Amino acid sequence: MNIVVCVKQVPDTEAPIRITPDGSGIDETGLTLVMNYYDEHATEAGLRLREQFGGTVTLVSVGPERAREALRTGLAMGADDAVLVSDPALNGADHLGIARVLAAVIKTLPHDAVICGKLSTDDNAATIGAALAEYLGLPQATAVAHLEVDAAGTGAVVHREVEGGVEVVAVPFPALLTVERSLNEPRYPSLPGIMKAKRKEIKILTLENLGLTAAEVGVAAARTALVRLSPPPARKAGRIVEGDTEQAVAAILAFLKDEAKVL
Amino acid sequence: MTMGADIWVYIEHAQAAPKKVSLELLSCARSLSTALGGNVVAFVPGSKIDRVIAAVGPRGADIIYTAEHPLLHPYTTDGHAAVLADAVRAESPAIVLVGSTAQGRDLAPRVAARLGAGIVTDCTTLGWRDGKLLATRPMYTRKAIGTVRVTGGGPCIAVVLPAMYPLPDADSPRQPEVRRRPVQLDGKAIRTSVREVKSVHRETIPLIEANVIVSGGRGMKAPENFAILDDLARALGAAVGSSRPPVDSGWVPHDYEIGQTGKTVSPQVYLACGISGAPQHLAGMSGSKYIVAINRDPNAPMFQVADLGVVGDLFEIIPKLTEAVKKVKSGIGD
Ligand SMILES: Cc1cc2nc3c(=O)[nH]c(=O)nc-3n(C[C@H](O)[C@H](O)[C@H](O)COP(=O)(O)OP(=O)(O)OC[C@H]3O[C@@H](n4cnc5c(N)ncnc54)[C@H](O)[C@@H]3O)c2cc1C
Ligand SMILES: Nc1ncnc2c1ncn2[C@@H]1O[C@H](COP(=O)(O)O)[C@@H](O)[C@H]1O
Repeated sequence: MNIVVCVKQVPDTEAPIRITPDGSGIDETGLTLVMNYYDEHATEAGLRLREQFGGTVTLVSVGPERAREALRTGLAMGADDAVLVSDPALNGADHLGIARVLAAVIKTLPHDAVICGKLSTDDNAATIGAALAEYLGLPQATAVAHLEVDAAGTGAVVHREVEGGVEVVAVPFPALLTVERSLNEPRYPSLPGIMKAKRKEIKILTLENLGLTAAEVGVAAARTALVRLSPPPARKAGRIVEGDTEQAVAAILAFLKDEAKVL
Repeated sequence: MTMGADIWVYIEHAQAAPKKVSLELLSCARSLSTALGGNVVAFVPGSKIDRVIAAVGPRGADIIYTAEHPLLHPYTTDGHAAVLADAVRAESPAIVLVGSTAQGRDLAPRVAARLGAGIVTDCTTLGWRDGKLLATRPMYTRKAIGTVRVTGGGPCIAVVLPAMYPLPDADSPRQPEVRRRPVQLDGKAIRTSVREVKSVHRETIPLIEANVIVSGGRGMKAPENFAILDDLARALGAAVGSSRPPVDSGWVPHDYEIGQTGKTVSPQVYLACGISGAPQHLAGMSGSKYIVAINRDPNAPMFQVADLGVVGDLFEIIPKLTEAVKKVKSGIGD
């Protein structure tokens, strides 16, 4: 079974971010960049399918050259190959543009399943997966929390967490899946894995290599543009009550009634 | 594709009732349509949808478009994407609004890709600037707010978070005209099949529909203690949620989790009980209108963001609070 996993490099969510003074983006000096958290789960899902069925796991990313490091993490976890599309013409591309580029790469690779994270923790978009499924003409199952591939590898039954329940859906392969964190526990890269990953070649492609133009997928084709980043509205510490239980209860009750007006 | 002036709302529904967020988006559509002068359109896909149409009717839409076909229930990506994309191609609305639910997030990007329509997700506000749609949305796990402009011609799609717009009153004088759109669907075009929907039985309401959320953290200490939160939630008409440790410890189901790897909620009141206030938790709830925190540690970071912070033992406070709330509620009934 041949699996393609889409991987994005993002700022570590543990660390604070600094918005540039002009609000055009974030200041990257000293920023720790890692593989998007959900993509670790996607990579793990790919590796488990390979363990079950044989085949290959290929990682694909679109981003600046530094995104190589995120791919390196996935190779160290055990992926077989990695491809990075890096082209300055993609600055300002929107999500549909990136999804088109991913589709162009994936069309050149054998794929029984394409696996994405549920969302990326920088853009918080949850857009690439389903858009990519459309460009590849594949059926999709998003936000997969449980995955069971049939013995012949012809399709899967997945659980999707929906509001107030779990949807059990059968999806034939080849398919595109986006995954939830509850799907699995990603493995840590092993020491031999890290050594092996260091020696692996990461193929870097440009738009030209893919037969795409900036006019089709770059900023000229983008239908959305980030105007500005701002800090979230500051929340102030409010009133603190330190008293006995009666006072605590009275304070909360009064707050719910008079300020929040929900009682 | 040319862009019309109508604002559409994709109406998601379950058990013959429209989802709350879909109705909220009718308010959003109304405020956006004032500048354009077009109609507010409710787009209702499904099978046997008469009761949904009846429920949407008095909520202020000018037109209800239906797409009715047995293959449109239960929801599948292929079925709903086909009818929504067809309808948008034929009618060219300016914007399609979709609620940020599991279903909406599954559908909207697929349709946007099919149509080449600009898409913005998890919007908190939408408005016009110089004739372009401007959306705000949390980014970087809520450490920043992005302002996004939708450019170019043709319809665009905005996926909007729940609880951002008021529920419209159910007594609008408008009598929406119901236009039944013909639907052609081939069973073979629907590649996935829904085997079952296991509804998780809850005595309290769903998190994303709740006006008030009572949430418990590691400070709850044991699974059985969540019963005191259930009691309080029932008394308040609230939903119950949690931070991540109770989920990881198996005390509560996965879908309770609020935060970076869980749900984003923005209720009127968020009552945090025994939750310290880690950034990953704040990522999911700091958009709440009011935050009330109960924690026995006066230095808990949650107190930095709480409108009302109560230093004390939740096991003493919550049961008494529940009794007091019940008294107030029954007093109103007198
Ligand atoms: C990549 C990543 C993603 C994450 N995503 C999420 C997420 O989505 N959501 C999330 O919540 N966390 C998330 N976390 C975990 C997060 O960092 C914190 O560990 C977590 O939020 C802490 O949960 P807590 O506040 O319940 O527990 P703790 O931090 O242990 O706090 C428990 C609190 O209970 C109080 N307490 C104890 N007993 C009582 C009592 N009797 N009465 C009153 N107060 C009491 C204590 O004073 C303490 O403040 C994530 C972490 C990582 C690394
Ligand atoms: N630049 C990218 N390169 C490769 N995969 C990506 C990229 N952006 C997003 N993805 C994939 O799409 C998922 C959802 O991202 P998003 O739609 O940006 O929230 C991620 O978890 C990745 O699997």
